[in-house]
Amino acid sequence: MERVETYNDKVVRQFAIMTVVWGIVGMLVGVIIAAQLLWPALNFDVPWLTYSRLRPLHTNAVIFAFGGSALFAASYYVVQRTCHVRLFSDKLAAFTFWGWQLIIVLAAVTLPLGITTSKEYAELEWPIDVLIAVVWVVYAVVFFGTIAKRRIKHIYVANWFFAAYIITIAVLHIGNSAALPVSLTKSYSAYAGTVDAMVQWWYGHNAVGFFLTAGFLGMMYYFVPKQAGRPVYSYRLSVVHFWSLIAIYMWAGPHHLHYTTLPDWAQTLGMVFSVMLLAPSWGGMINGIMTLSGAWHKLRTDPILKFMIVSLSFYGMSTFEGPMMSIKTVNALSHYTDWTIGHVHSGALGWVAMISVGSMYALIPRLYGRTEMYSTKLIDVHFWTTTIGIVLYVASMWIAGVMQGLMWRATNADGTLTYTFIESLAATYPYYAVRLLGGLLVLGGMFIMAYNVIKTVAGGAARRDVPVMAPAHA
Amino acid sequence: MSTGWTLFIVIITAINVVGATWLMWASSRRAPGEKAPGAETTGHTWDGDLAEYNNPLPRWWLWLFYGSVVFSLAYLVLFPGLGSWKGTLGWTQEGQWQKEVEAAELAAAPMFERFSRMSFAELGADADAMRVARNLYANHCAMCHGSDARGAIGFPNLTNADWQWGGTEDAVYATIAYGRIGAMPPWGEVLGPDGVEEVVAYTLTLSGQQAPADLAAAGEARFQMICSACHGLDGKGMQVVGGPNLTDDVWIYGGGADMIRYAVLNGRQNQMPAQLDALGEQRVRLLTAYVLTLAPPQPAAEPAASPVESTADEGEAEATAGVAADAAE
Repeated sequence: MERVETYNDKVVRQFAIMTVVWGIVGMLVGVIIAAQLLWPALNFDVPWLTYSRLRPLHTNAVIFAFGGSALFAASYYVVQRTCHVRLFSDKLAAFTFWGWQLIIVLAAVTLPLGITTSKEYAELEWPIDVLIAVVWVVYAVVFFGTIAKRRIKHIYVANWFFAAYIITIAVLHIGNSAALPVSLTKSYSAYAGTVDAMVQWWYGHNAVGFFLTAGFLGMMYYFVPKQAGRPVYSYRLSVVHFWSLIAIYMWAGPHHLHYTTLPDWAQTLGMVFSVMLLAPSWGGMINGIMTLSGAWHKLRTDPILKFMIVSLSFYGMSTFEGPMMSIKTVNALSHYTDWTIGHVHSGALGWVAMISVGSMYALIPRLYGRTEMYSTKLIDVHFWTTTIGIVLYVASMWIAGVMQGLMWRATNADGTLTYTFIESLAATYPYYAVRLLGGLLVLGGMFIMAYNVIKTVAGGAARRDVPVMAPAHA
Repeated sequence: MSTGWTLFIVIITAINVVGATWLMWASSRRAPGEKAPGAETTGHTWDGDLAEYNNPLPRWWLWLFYGSVVFSLAYLVLFPGLGSWKGTLGWTQEGQWQKEVEAAELAAAPMFERFSRMSFAELGADADAMRVARNLYANHCAMCHGSDARGAIGFPNLTNADWQWGGTEDAVYATIAYGRIGAMPPWGEVLGPDGVEEVVAYTLTLSGQQAPADLAAAGEARFQMICSACHGLDGKGMQVVGGPNLTDDVWIYGGGADMIRYAVLNGRQNQMPAQLDALGEQRVRLLTAYVLTLAPPQPAAEPAASPVESTADEGEAEATAGVAADAAE
């Protein structure tokens, strides 16, 4: 009997399971530091548990461990299904899985120890940075190698977004992490002063743009039409918003440095390109929501679609909010306040986590030879706990942030500030409590997901290999 | 910025904006012979059932983009953005800050003019002046001395009668205006381990704390030889050099044996930053008057040119009485 080529779903299964695991870990650390803001004694006077060390652990865990694993799983699954071939190399794919997990473990050890470059979202020290660069280049080889051997001429839109995300993250990571090592655990940035800040936010903002936006748009472009059972709304729209998004995003970094030592001209360019980014960002939301249009009745019975439509709504909200906050006069109020934290979580929880969770619920049963998850009811429960949690989180941080901004800028007739910093902190306390409650709900939802996934995997079919589908002839 | 760099910025900005706008405009027109929108997919199929319609770009979305481009181009004419182009409004972030500061100063000028004609005592008794001073204190002093002015470890308490550098109007003004540097050298190597223990013991006895008598007796001689240069022969301090009084129960860093030993071994470095350049004379005067109201009343007659030690003695006696009176209230 001729050996039938199958998809490499082993690596997809590994990354999918780790998405759930790291989601729980990352969000648990988030809940701990949210609680520390309410009760500072919760660091127990242990250096490894202080807010300053756990906060980068939280951001790295949710972005790169949870989000990264979801993107690896989705991109490996999607590129095989839409190119109608097995992954370019099983060995290299396995290397990316184990390499990425090693990086996460090293991060979880070094960050609490206080080993950090102190560059936001790029805190890991140079030996780990080198490992990330190696794993990422191998990832690119596996992905583009698979694209190269595809059996269908046209490259599906999801793969463009994955491709842009993989290439750009390599450039950003290597560019921003350039440093002079002085020991195994200490290095100095290759850039100095304001230039260092600008390079950092060129990286930082495009990590949002290409990791958290383009990558997850790739996920959206496969799983939304699949789950809705409808064609993508507009090929033309996807082309236009893809190119305008990736071209314009590159410029937006300086809006993180308004009213600083960065020259006025660079701040202004960062602002106007951020404003022009609104429509290209919304292109993805329109294409996603309009694809669902015509399948609205499915929302009544399919909580996975609910995750997807709500994630697209949060995507639209936060990509509207971002350009608004980049305007100098708005930024003068919002900068350094919890409004920024609210904005980030509207994107990170509302968009990134919800589209990832929705996609994993669609993906995981197929990876284990089932048609659906163990319990659809529990998906629905997860959907509602997450949605309510995110709304509590984001709304409390919006209110807290605007309040802080107004308190900090209030002045008396004699030119002095009306409030001391500590007064604004005391006023923020109730909102920190609401935020913690929201975070607990989101974390609780992840535990429900873990249970559902365990039951799904336990009830999976023994035979999981899926033969590669022959491409349709158009 | 050189013309070359300005051109570079203008050109890449133009390429990006024009390119994106052209892409939108070109894609918004239907190609000749194109099928009606929404009726059929592009004909490509992936993974069994994935296909794409080719619906036109939503008009409102296109105009949203064009609108954002028009806004951005207008902004780049009005504000500095394209290299060395200053913008027709002449806006700079420093200029905006300067204007806001000047407007606030102008509005507050008549009030400060009135304050400038008042003495410290009059300021201290003036409700308006003290309200402004409290605000200034909250903005500029509270982060170290505490919102209740009772200080913290390393930061002196301003509500007691113990003045490190003198409690006269001139001394307090000088402290705030020009700052102070409080430095105690490390004595660990000079004294040796035994010497340190002896000095610590003697210092404890100065403020009536328990210490081994033999060690304290040995420490006294060392104290007279070394420590008295700043802390005085009687250990009551010397305000002229900022040497703290060691005989009372007021301690900047804590008065137990451990903290005293640490100070003797390692010395102390401390600094009150100068405020005159940042706040200006009028605000420093207000703060001086305010700080003077926080402490218990000073002795009625201040001997102008008397030796430092006797001033300290009188001040101490008066202050002790003041604290006792406060406690009795």
